Amino acid sequence: MAHQSMSAFETTPQQDRAIRARHEARARRSAWKAGLTPTLGKLVRHIAQIRGGGSSFPGMVVEKFDPGFLSRTIAQMPLGALVVSGTNGKTTTTRMIASLLSSLGLRVFTNPTGANFVRGVISSLIPQVSASGKIDADIAVLELDEAYSVKFVQQVRPLFSVLLNVMRDQLDRFGEIDTTARLLSHAAAATTNTVVLNREDPLISGLARMVSAPASVRYFGLANDRLRALFPNDDDIHVSDKDLLRRHEDQSDLPSADVTLAGVRAGSADFQIDGVQRSTSVRLSGVYNLFNAAAALTAVRAVARQAGEIAQKATHNAAHSAARDQSDQSDRVTMSASRIERLKQCEQAASDDDVLLNALAHVTPAFGRGETIHVRQKTADGATKSVPVEMVLVKNPGGFRLALRSFDPHGTDTMIAINDRDADGRDMSWLWDVDFTSLRGQSVTEVSGIRCWDMALRLGYDRVRVGDIQQDLSAGLQHFLAANPTKPKRIFCTYTAMLALRHDLARSGEADVSDVGVGA
Amino acid sequence: MSISETGNMSNTSSDTSTMNSSNSSSDETAQSTEQSAVQSTKRAARPIDVMTLYPRDMNIYGDTGNLLVITRRLALYGYQPVVHAYNQGDPWPEHIDLLLGGGGQDSGQRKVQEDLIKRGPQLRDLASAGVPMLLVCGLYQLFGAYFQTMDSDRIPGINVFNMVTIGSAERQIGNIVEESREFGTLVGYENHSGRTFLVAESSTKPLALVRKGVGNNPKTGTEGARVHNVIGTYLHGPLLPKNPKIADFLIHTAVSRRYGKFDPQMSDDDRRELQMLDHRAITARRIAADRPR
Repeated sequence: MAHQSMSAFETTPQQDRAIRARHEARARRSAWKAGLTPTLGKLVRHIAQIRGGGSSFPGMVVEKFDPGFLSRTIAQMPLGALVVSGTNGKTTTTRMIASLLSSLGLRVFTNPTGANFVRGVISSLIPQVSASGKIDADIAVLELDEAYSVKFVQQVRPLFSVLLNVMRDQLDRFGEIDTTARLLSHAAAATTNTVVLNREDPLISGLARMVSAPASVRYFGLANDRLRALFPNDDDIHVSDKDLLRRHEDQSDLPSADVTLAGVRAGSADFQIDGVQRSTSVRLSGVYNLFNAAAALTAVRAVARQAGEIAQKATHNAAHSAARDQSDQSDRVTMSASRIERLKQCEQAASDDDVLLNALAHVTPAFGRGETIHVRQKTADGATKSVPVEMVLVKNPGGFRLALRSFDPHGTDTMIAINDRDADGRDMSWLWDVDFTSLRGQSVTEVSGIRCWDMALRLGYDRVRVGDIQQDLSAGLQHFLAANPTKPKRIFCTYTAMLALRHDLARSGEADVSDVGVGA
Repeated sequence: MSISETGNMSNTSSDTSTMNSSNSSSDETAQSTEQSAVQSTKRAARPIDVMTLYPRDMNIYGDTGNLLVITRRLALYGYQPVVHAYNQGDPWPEHIDLLLGGGGQDSGQRKVQEDLIKRGPQLRDLASAGVPMLLVCGLYQLFGAYFQTMDSDRIPGINVFNMVTIGSAERQIGNIVEESREFGTLVGYENHSGRTFLVAESSTKPLALVRKGVGNNPKTGTEGARVHNVIGTYLHGPLLPKNPKIADFLIHTAVSRRYGKFDPQMSDDDRRELQMLDHRAITARRIAADRPR
């Protein structure tokens, strides 16, 4: 983020209540404008689209004009906001939760990739509200950048939060890992219903102390030490796998988890739900995506429970509406019969593990997170063949290490594309915290991107052979595709490199590269 | 022509043609070719003991890369690196030829603080005996007299460098390029809020003058510190992969102290590998130096 506000770093969770109160007062002063906001927002969005402005511009205008827009719009949703944050896996987890809740029958609003800051959320809400400001959604499932999750909860208290992990990520941005954990503590403290935490990450599970009644904590995790060995934390970089296993034997005091990942095979995975193990086929690849699936399942189960309670209360209220107690307005939820029906249906469906896992089986990888693009390639005899090119986003050492452990290099040509723009991480130090020796047997066919020579140097010291080095991404991609035309391919790439490569692939191949995002 | 060779450490130069300082690595390679032509094919095991200081708590920002560069280059030169990871409370290694220390978070610095003070006399003795050392960021600061936090608490250091560091609210973050008399142009990435001031007219000298970036502090234009064979610096990136001259200085010094002279024994493959690494480093340096702050 080029324009990271520093104020998120300077407040404590204890101050959030006062900050929210100030924000609400400001919102009330502007409340008379509320009727104009949707029209203004849509107009600004229209202009921004014509002029090619950034996605945050309409959000910025609306936030200034009508500070209550965000909280007012989310308050219309009976299940409020579900916030997903953490270093790795936000996008995939958000997409999984939104997709699972949709298939359980809820109307879900979610922010598209890249709009994971407050103004981005507002910008993406604008096209979804009617001229009178109404939105037809039961829940907002929001991916939020760690620092902006603070800004968000200082305006809106989420009903649910899902906090995934804290790893070294773009340290040039937040400075230190402990800072990132502190940022996430705001969301844990502000959440009113359920906080979903990763029990395997001590910095995350430690956030349980920030959660206060009536909110409760649910954990997701890994079922055994064999899987834990696949998820070294940043402190484990100097430790051998054997030592890791030994260390995990001491972890018998972990809190019990709602859902754990219990096993991973090609195309399928095992989960333990309430301690009962079940298998399901999955279209997601990469063990870290499947670990995030445990987080998503835990979150969806919490949402479904709350949906059931709200539906029950609403049914009760409808039945007693004649004798309504005026003093008890706050607890009253007036909603349409069809919405009550949707919430009931969601609770019932989620209580059946088979339905839940079946829904998970249909979730596809998010944009650039292990998604496969098919490219038409010429074979030696002149025929054409569709060749899979798998895109794996890497943005920090933990994620890169997991990606290398998750994807078998055999039988696949590998390309690595490293840029150093703001969204990629500008300090190349992180490449040296990744162990590339697993690629030694296969070599890397192409190294590209602005910092390709840093990457090639890194591979050199790990004695991994490099076929070709080209700074220009388009040229690098062309060379990569032409090297072994019909061999399956995998590209590990940083964020802006991924955008550029995807753009190139979309032009050159028969690639289906539509953006993801589950609409409201 | 390199600025460092003329001795003109101008701070205003932005001429990228000064980036040829790494060429000397290939000169060294050419020299060692002649030397090793007479070497027998059989190699004697010539261990070099490398100690990493507090790798468990002070290893952030790719500092492991510095260790990898030292061990790989030692092996290519025909020496056998023996790595001792020293964490607080561990027994002190019997022999130390070369020492590497990295940066850490505030919490990491607090964890190693007590042990570091206890080991201070040993580390000072090693430094004055001429053992080559590289200290980056957090441990660089603690090798000075003290670190004064923003609450005016003074965290004592071990006085290898005659300098002090003062905490500030402003973090210095970005690509940095600097000129060193000894090592030519250095490139890296800085990320620190402490401001370090070297004590004037002492044996501690700056490592380099900053051409792009901030360095020790926003006032003096210096970066890092030098005393005996000890190098302290704020440069991450990590430092050694893209600045192999410093890696070779540390290695040559360590080897010469232990074996009397630096006497590489390299196969043709070793030489080719070293040339490949240095070629990639030169290109990576050129690109890094031109990236925006």
